[in-house]
Amino acid sequence: MAVDKFPIEAGHIMMFARAIGDANELYYNAEYARATEPGCTIAPPTFVQASAQFDANYFLRPKIGQEWFGSAKQATGITGKKESSGNSGGGGGLHAEQHYVYHHQVKVGDVLSTTVKPGKSWEKEGRRGGKLMFSETITEYRDQNGKLIVTATGVGVRTERPATS
Amino acid sequence: MALKASNINVGDTYAEEICRNLSRTQIVQYAGVSGDYNPLHSDEIYTTEIAGYPSIFAHGMLSMGMTGKMLTNFVGDGRLKSYGVRFTSQVFPGATLTATATITSIRQEAGEHLADIEISTTDETGNEVIKGQASAILDA
Repeated sequence: MAVDKFPIEAGHIMMFARAIGDANELYYNAEYARATEPGCTIAPPTFVQASAQFDANYFLRPKIGQEWFGSAKQATGITGKKESSGNSGGGGGLHAEQHYVYHHQVKVGDVLSTTVKPGKSWEKEGRRGGKLMFSETITEYRDQNGKLIVTATGVGVRTERPATS
Repeated sequence: MALKASNINVGDTYAEEICRNLSRTQIVQYAGVSGDYNPLHSDEIYTTEIAGYPSIFAHGMLSMGMTGKMLTNFVGDGRLKSYGVRFTSQVFPGATLTATATITSIRQEAGEHLADIEISTTDETGNEVIKGQASAILDA
């Protein structure tokens, strides 16, 4: 996901912390955060994943005026044509691995941008005989001064049939 | 807050229950904040009838995020140098997850004291759902 502007906002961090069940005051109270070692509100370790919110074309978000592949009255909202075949995982496969390297803190007030590069890809036979196709995507998050803040490597896997391990 | 190199040993462990009886609503909360609205995580009808799974399941990144809470509670805020995981099993609603960190090495690099940490998150049956590793900066 390539994102030109990912503003790091306190409310977004607070809601993210709630969603992961993290009660750390650092994420809820700017005054408290100022007295901590980081000296300001910083993001939880996996927060940069929420940059998807700022990707205009992110394919796992319903778009205004377009059909959505999730259910509506029927099991899928896609009407008038056959359900796209061969995509048993739905929405482009499953997430197999995620790795982060932290170069600097992600701080409230920063505006990050991303550069996305493809990484390795490989295939493996699954436990149930279906083929598993892995591919790596490397996302570099830089701040408003061009400083590299986080390097994220995601590995996606597509399966020939639903993976219910 | 942060760990001290002089106070920890290889083999030390730290564990936390990171969620109890995971609710569908918490999964929806994560979808809303992360922006990943894949119906596999909230839309039971699509997930069972179209995608062919037994039920909706949590985003891997929700499990990684909850495991990360254990890590920052252990090593301190802003101390991680790296954090990576493999999603080894899907996590379904109702799961109770426990995340465990084990110190595998304590070393010095470029003047910094670092700990390497192995991570394992398991569900209430002992099934591992996340396997990972991290490194963190220690106080001397």
